[in-house]
Amino acid sequence: MAGEAPENSTAYITHHLTHFKVGEGFWTWHIDTMFMSILLGLVTIGLLYSAARKATPGVPGKWQAFVEMMVDFVDNTVKEVFHLDRSFLAPLALTIFVWVFLMNAMDLLPLDVPGKIAGLFGIHYWRVVPTADVNTTFAMSLTVLLVVIYFSVKAKGAGGYVHELFTAPFGKNPLLWLPNFLLNLVELLSKPVSLAMRLFGNMYAGELVFMLIALLGAGFFSFTIASSFGMLGQIVMGAGWAIFHILIITLQAFIFMMLTIVYSAMATEHH
Amino acid sequence: MEMAQYIAQIQSFTALGLGLIIGLGAIGACIGIGIMGSKFLEAAARQPELIPTLQGRMFLLAGLIDAAFLIGVALAMFFAFANPLLAALKG
Repeated sequence: MAGEAPENSTAYITHHLTHFKVGEGFWTWHIDTMFMSILLGLVTIGLLYSAARKATPGVPGKWQAFVEMMVDFVDNTVKEVFHLDRSFLAPLALTIFVWVFLMNAMDLLPLDVPGKIAGLFGIHYWRVVPTADVNTTFAMSLTVLLVVIYFSVKAKGAGGYVHELFTAPFGKNPLLWLPNFLLNLVELLSKPVSLAMRLFGNMYAGELVFMLIALLGAGFFSFTIASSFGMLGQIVMGAGWAIFHILIITLQAFIFMMLTIVYSAMATEHH
Repeated sequence: MEMAQYIAQIQSFTALGLGLIIGLGAIGACIGIGIMGSKFLEAAARQPELIPTLQGRMFLLAGLIDAAFLIGVALAMFFAFANPLLAALKG
């Protein structure tokens, strides 16, 4: 960390909330987010690929059984709602689930450990949870928006989709084209925004609560009886919040996946 | 001295706003989860064989209900530590 001890709690928190960035203004690149998300993406692909590679038709090993369970679950979920060809949507959903879960799980690392590791390389700021960065979540949700539009066009044809944008839900009268279009636009745009902000809000708030709990046991301001109670409190509350956060991590990854599937399925209906 | 007054005013209103954001969001989220949970328990009591299916849907709904509240918390935290209204003053 730049300078060994921060001068007050706010400085500690703002230090931990600063990205390792390159460039400024609109062209800022959050190198830490990009590195972590690409690394975890490769881990996702590597894990699932290793299960596929060593798959045996006989009695499966534990890892293969686990991956098969996940693949079955995702396939059944997609099969229930989506009635076109699943060969694109189901793998997309599985990738989203595993990747978002791994990215969220980075939040469970102890708060100062990534900073110390990055300090070994001379980097002073490193935010280790990619999904606590709006850029990641919006990138994923905008991609989901593109997938939804692709499925809409695939199911109804380009002309049919534009026709539906202007005539549903009110009717075909040309006076109603504008209200129809505005309503459809709001519905279309609210999906990626809510998807991204939900994931971002959950992860950002989780990270921030970890930081506030860490400040409880901060011994670098003073070493008094109060601060040793604070250290005990930090251990207890940190453990409790981490356990709760395990549920939140899995839940948010699951919700992102479910909503991708549901939005794609809704895009192909409407007849 | 003028500047200190302006800064104090912005910070005090921001603090009040943060309390309202988090408090009102929590009211909505908790009441929503309460209603949903009570319906789930009723349905589970009527048809215990549906409990696994309903439980999965319940967790999904819990995540969706919490979404707006947590977005509010994230925004409130953003205003707490990197207040753009204050930055506009310094600029």
